[in-house]
Amino acid sequence: MFAIECASAYRGNSDVMTRPTDSASSDSAGRNEWPKPLKAETHELSFFYGHRQVLKRVSVPIAESNITALIGPSGCGKSTFLRCFNRMHDLYPGTRYEGAIVLHPDSRNVLGREVDPIEVRMRLAMVFQKPNPFPKSVYENVAYGLRVRGVRDRRVIDEKVEQALRSAALWEEVKDQLSALGTSLSGGQQQRLCIARALATDPELLLLDEPTSALDPIATGNIEELLQDLKRRVTILIVTHNMQQAARISDWTAFMYVGELVEFGPTKRLFTTPAKKQTEDYITGRFG
Amino acid sequence: MEIRETVSISHSSVMESASHRRARRRREFLIEGALLLAALVSVAATITILFVLVFESVGFFETVPLLDFLTDTLWTPLFDDPHYGILPLLAGTIVTSVVGLVVAIPVGTVSAVYLSEFASARLREIIKPVLEMLGAVPTVVYGYFALLVVTPALQWIWPELPGFNMLGPGVVIGIMILPLVISLSEDAMRAVPMMLREGSYAMGATRLQTAWRVVVPAATSGIVAAYVLGISRAVGETMVVAIAAGQNPNLTWNPMEPAATITAYIVQVALGDLPHGSIGYQSIFAAGLVLAVMTFAFNIVGHLMRKRFREVY
Repeated sequence: MFAIECASAYRGNSDVMTRPTDSASSDSAGRNEWPKPLKAETHELSFFYGHRQVLKRVSVPIAESNITALIGPSGCGKSTFLRCFNRMHDLYPGTRYEGAIVLHPDSRNVLGREVDPIEVRMRLAMVFQKPNPFPKSVYENVAYGLRVRGVRDRRVIDEKVEQALRSAALWEEVKDQLSALGTSLSGGQQQRLCIARALATDPELLLLDEPTSALDPIATGNIEELLQDLKRRVTILIVTHNMQQAARISDWTAFMYVGELVEFGPTKRLFTTPAKKQTEDYITGRFG
Repeated sequence: MEIRETVSISHSSVMESASHRRARRRREFLIEGALLLAALVSVAATITILFVLVFESVGFFETVPLLDFLTDTLWTPLFDDPHYGILPLLAGTIVTSVVGLVVAIPVGTVSAVYLSEFASARLREIIKPVLEMLGAVPTVVYGYFALLVVTPALQWIWPELPGFNMLGPGVVIGIMILPLVISLSEDAMRAVPMMLREGSYAMGATRLQTAWRVVVPAATSGIVAAYVLGISRAVGETMVVAIAAGQNPNLTWNPMEPAATITAYIVQVALGDLPHGSIGYQSIFAAGLVLAVMTFAFNIVGHLMRKRFREVY
């Protein structure tokens, strides 16, 4: 019941100040707040660890070439939600999905039974909370996705590696130490290396799981700036528990609370005139 | 009234604990001393052994020049025309150990990868105790296993293989050190943070790609440490080679031939009655010293590697 109510928060009304009461009457026609075109969307996505339901029928659109931010207090399920996209939960026993995650333009349901998680992961890329470069050289870290895909041609790999490192604003810093261990770089550089690794395979959607939470403010600033440049080429979905960060960099924001989507909307609108009391309480710092 | 009562209670309890404290300190001092003593036993044993080895070897090297010891190709300390070249024994030790490693390293590494990255928790719980049982079999049993099972099996493939040879015992040494190699390398692989595996899977890698390209390289130093400790076990192994490799010092690098290792020589000579202080008696210690230096060096390398792999992440 609550799911229906909060779904209406983004589907429902042009007047965001009024609390939505009736969602049935204004569905597709009323999606005036939905972005277009979509790169992906979730349909009533639920997720279970064993018998514990962590996500409750979450429906969120992901706008192409935009940054969509997921915010919410710790434990609200935003990371769990993100990790559904590349079926990371498949690595652990006792997990179960319900609902759908649709990737456009081919409208492929990522969670479909016939879909191989590896096929999905080939199309998406992920950057984690803590930088996790492999114990390999800078070059091999970035080349990893290509090698996994069976690319052998040295020239192709060289070119992609340089391109990805440039896109991640790391090339100038590491071009003379491509054979140094990725783990020997500074924290901020390591995270940009992980972004380069993710970009090298030209993903359709870049998933970022609190990518700056382990970094200092300067490194954080670098990465935020980088994401602004990147969004022209790749759709970005970012989880952050830093509201200011979401407000600074994202075009769309989804606010989640205890496994449910409370509100979705354009970032500017959501942060200035939230439609939901809970959203307002959260962004004004009353809880969370 | 109430306040005064509280104060007096707490006061008396402080007094009590003061006398208690002294007793407790004495007790703790005694316990600490006992623990220290227990820890010192192994240190003292190591030092004593090294001291005895060096002390008795000094007498040996007064008779036999070090150069002869290291370069002579014959080891016949009990013959009328004695030669004291350690090379034949060293070669026997190296050949049996290398054969053992050729078995243990590939099989051990692959098993460890399987156990750590592929096996279900249930299967792992069955396999690991069985492996540990393999480590608990007495080495003399392994010796006869080499002599009576493995060598005949190998003779079935190579009929010209002599009854005593280094190949059979080498293979058995490999089987013997498998549990050590597997369990240490598996520990190293399991210590690789899940974060790295997730990074690899997120790039679209398969389980096999993740295991070989990320987990094994990340655990390299731990795996190498497992190999090194395996080597030092193989070098020091005694019963298997004494029983199944033949006991003639024989300078050869061919595992199909019989030969004696350093350990086999020590057992063989120690079983006879050598007069105390004779050159034959002293030769045991010289050979033992060589062995101790070898295993000691391998152990140090192994422990350094283990330390390093702990510090990687």
